Amino acid sequence: MITVLSILVGVLFTGATFCLLRRSLMRLLIGIMLMGHGVNLLLLATSAPISREVAILDKNGTPLENAADPLPQALILTAIVIGFGLSVFTLVLARACYLRNGHDDVREYGKEEVR
Amino acid sequence: MNDLLIIAPILVPLVVLVTSLVMERSGRDPGLISLGGVILVLLAATALVFQVNTGGTLTMEMGGWQPPYGIVIVADLLASMMIWISAFVVMVVMIYGLKGRGKDKYPGATHVLIHGLLLGVCGSFLTGDLFNLYVWFEVMLISSFILMVKEKGVKQLEGGFVYVVLNLAASAMFLCGAGLIYGKIGTLNMADMAVKLGEVDDPAFVNTTGALLFIAFASKAALFPFYFWLPTSYHRASPAISALFAGLLTKVGVYALLRMFSLVFTDANGFSSAIILYVSMATMVIGVLGAVAQYHVRRLLAFHIISQIGYMVAGIAIGTPLAIAAVIFYTLHHIAVKTCLFLVGGVLEMRSGTPDIRKHGGFYQSDPMLAVCFLIPALSLGGIPPLSGFWAKLNLLQAGVENQEWLFLFIGLAVGILTLFSMVKIWNESFWKEAPEGGFERQSLWPGKPYLGMILLCALTLTFSFAGKFVFELSEKAAATLHDPSSYIEAVLGGDRQ
Repeated sequence: MITVLSILVGVLFTGATFCLLRRSLMRLLIGIMLMGHGVNLLLLATSAPISREVAILDKNGTPLENAADPLPQALILTAIVIGFGLSVFTLVLARACYLRNGHDDVREYGKEEVR
Repeated sequence: MNDLLIIAPILVPLVVLVTSLVMERSGRDPGLISLGGVILVLLAATALVFQVNTGGTLTMEMGGWQPPYGIVIVADLLASMMIWISAFVVMVVMIYGLKGRGKDKYPGATHVLIHGLLLGVCGSFLTGDLFNLYVWFEVMLISSFILMVKEKGVKQLEGGFVYVVLNLAASAMFLCGAGLIYGKIGTLNMADMAVKLGEVDDPAFVNTTGALLFIAFASKAALFPFYFWLPTSYHRASPAISALFAGLLTKVGVYALLRMFSLVFTDANGFSSAIILYVSMATMVIGVLGAVAQYHVRRLLAFHIISQIGYMVAGIAIGTPLAIAAVIFYTLHHIAVKTCLFLVGGVLEMRSGTPDIRKHGGFYQSDPMLAVCFLIPALSLGGIPPLSGFWAKLNLLQAGVENQEWLFLFIGLAVGILTLFSMVKIWNESFWKEAPEGGFERQSLWPGKPYLGMILLCALTLTFSFAGKFVFELSEKAAATLHDPSSYIEAVLGGDRQ
């Protein structure tokens, strides 16, 4: 499972980096979202009980073997909620930029009127 | 009583945020409540500084959960001082007047967002938990995103987009770093992390996670090579808002670097910090060279933020108690000075109708008060004695000499001269030069008291200059806590973990 997750995280980050290096608004948005998903999966991978002592005890106080650590899942939920809000905001911002400029090329965004 | 004091800088902005949102929606002006809230935070921060200075680090466990399991809020001297200056800057900006040149459909909503920003900033200073720090960063960022693009000028939207995308990428790095640390050592509490990371004998792990967090904080602080969003976006917001950002936002990044790289990722815990010094020296040079080439008044000042951040982070990299104390003093001084310069820049732009300093002129004659309000922070930024910038640089460079960082010493002095040069450039072009043919029409400024705001910050700069000893002694005390984290760890985790 951890191998699959690692490969998936790698693929997502590769895709995200590729998209973030493009000039189109939409690609940038997709890149940011892919990166968010990659990070969430990375967090999920850290809940696997491989490197630490067990996280959960049963009611006799004996450790539950193979129980996943629930805390990273709480972190992921928080990250998903924040990521969702920010994605929506970025979408609105990108739409406003697109409507004002009539194109979705970000090349001119750093250009100044006063040099 | 102490619990109330610690939580006030978070609770008050939150309450005011909600109240002003309701007032804004029902068509009333939330201005007074908003200003009152900030003054309350300022008073609470003053009390907090005194309390922590006499009684030592204060902590509070959220919901009564024992650290390292629950989230803990820690007010040490550094955090208290940073909250104090943040509240002061927000207060000044509100007095200065929040309205810009563009049309703004919801002027009351600015107060909601500014309190969101203050909430995020204070939360970041106070939290003792890495993931909680991420959440406060996001609170701060989302407020700043909206403030940045609020007037909806096309250049603002474009600059805002660059700012949003680069900051979101940095947040992703932050989350990766936090996740990897939790995966390895099973804690997010910073004090606990400092203890447990020392027991991990895995330099590859320590350095990768350290680097991920360094990239995240360096992006927020606008270090080379992660600074590109800053000179694209800051000067495009309205004057008051860009002054607020210039004063506060990058310094939260510096604070996070100071906290993480003096407490958790130390040389003792196996993190190799040499690269930080080189990155910061590159930042100093690139920033000031950018500033020298500019003619847009606030963009020039924005490049100066980058170069000055380089000084602060170089001090973090040197890491001796004197260097850390100098960094803290430098940060406080820089917040006051930089905000004031941006406020002056805003008035200059409004009075002359253009941000291009080549088209300015004659303001020394037509507006001497403005000239004084520019001269004090500008000379202080350039490091002219006896102003605060001189004391900050002197101590920092002395720490460099003691550690025999000769390259840093050389770059620090050279960048200082170039800083002064570009300040003189604004002075010559905007203030001393003859006014252009016909002069400027005496434009009325926005509602508010812009001059009172600038004078307050000049007064603060002069206080830092002439009561520098008092402030520096506080900084030294804060630095001692940072340099020897055992008292922080003890305050958070209790004595038994030592």
